[in-house]
Amino acid sequence: MVAFGGSGRPVHSRVAATGLAFTFYATLSIVLMFLDQRGNWLEYARYGLSAAAYPVQLAVNSPSAAWHWVRESFATREALQARNDALRAENRELEMRALRFEALAAENAQLRALKAALPEVVEKWLPGEIMNIELSTLRQRVIVNRGATSGIFKGQAVLARGGLMGQVLRAGPWSSEVILITDPEHAVPVQVLRSGLRTIAVGQGNAGVMTLPYLPVNSDIKVDDQLVTSGLGGVFPAGYPVARVIEVGRDPGQPLALVRAQPLAAIDRDREVTFVWFRPGHPAAPAPSTGSAAVPSLAGTAQDTQ
Amino acid sequence: MNTRVSEPRGALMLSAFIALIFQVVPLPTWLAIVRPAFLVIVVLYWSISAPRAGGLFLPFLCGLALDVFRGAVLGEHALALVIVAFLAIRFHLLIRNKPIFEQALFAFAALALYEFVVWSIDGWSGHSLNSGLRWLHPVTGGLLWPIACGLLSRTHRPR
Repeated sequence: MVAFGGSGRPVHSRVAATGLAFTFYATLSIVLMFLDQRGNWLEYARYGLSAAAYPVQLAVNSPSAAWHWVRESFATREALQARNDALRAENRELEMRALRFEALAAENAQLRALKAALPEVVEKWLPGEIMNIELSTLRQRVIVNRGATSGIFKGQAVLARGGLMGQVLRAGPWSSEVILITDPEHAVPVQVLRSGLRTIAVGQGNAGVMTLPYLPVNSDIKVDDQLVTSGLGGVFPAGYPVARVIEVGRDPGQPLALVRAQPLAAIDRDREVTFVWFRPGHPAAPAPSTGSAAVPSLAGTAQDTQ
Repeated sequence: MNTRVSEPRGALMLSAFIALIFQVVPLPTWLAIVRPAFLVIVVLYWSISAPRAGGLFLPFLCGLALDVFRGAVLGEHALALVIVAFLAIRFHLLIRNKPIFEQALFAFAALALYEFVVWSIDGWSGHSLNSGLRWLHPVTGGLLWPIACGLLSRTHRPR
């Protein structure tokens, strides 16, 4: 496509050896791409580069962070009071639910003929804040201000208020890139809570919609069905809310139903996310991790996983 | 480099850095879709008006920065930028003497080529994103070209 610049062209003599430089840089780029795609040879380089990018990310994020800070510090007493009341009410409600939860867990253990109730599947969690950085416009990814120094690892599940948010795609030292469940390259194994039907929910590149492309026309699914994680795939534990079905289209001429669902997590409205660590060996936890292969092709992305 | 006119390296680095920031500043989605590829425009400008200052190293570096910020395959934007910048440097004498309207057309073509390379690599590396919206930014980039030229030419003494 591109001719190599021979030496000694009088018209272009001002630019020396561009053809050679082009060959060099083009080859370098291609080698980089190859190494980055195959295996994890560039893991350390990426780690270093994302550390170098962090100051710029901080700088870009700072105006909106400052604006938030100003708004927080000048919040009126009434507004704070109202929020405090709302939080207190929410807390009371959660407490009430938790009271029953203990009893239910014991009952469940009894039904399953276990000796003692299982501990909670979540071992530890860590809140993080989404940084205001634009990644790719047409993909659904965010940068969060927690990284490997806080123990974040690749393939870690990320929750938000309301439900499942995504998983860690890349962990830098102080920040990490999270791929949302609504990214077109992301798929999450789900289960219909009502019927137990298992399928896969795929992102659309739109914060409000996911599709369930692999359901036969006659499958048992209705509008308003809740989808929870099925625990298959080895990334997400079972039973976390993912989405609510908003549309079921059955065309008798088509083998598959057209099902659309709305994510339950406040994906584009909330700045706070939660990284979770699961108790290994717990029945609801994702299957024992096998290194970086913990992100198989179905759960999560094809990106960077072998 | 023993050139008669000193190369505008400082202006070049600064403008590239500012363009990078403009490229990653969050915008509402509809605006972000038509956001021109500022960094590519800046690299194009310098490739045409001061081809020796940045050479192909600047495009490579800027592309690598884009790869890191966009979370793309390392080398993807670098390759696209190097290709576009190479063509711009090759034909810089030709382009430089054209009226601004024709330059804008060239910028549009270069941006479209850039997006095409990125799109191809996206497809090959298994991250295909076949949204027609990704082809919008070369148009706004072409429209921005005269303004970008006007601004950037103030930072150095054009030859």
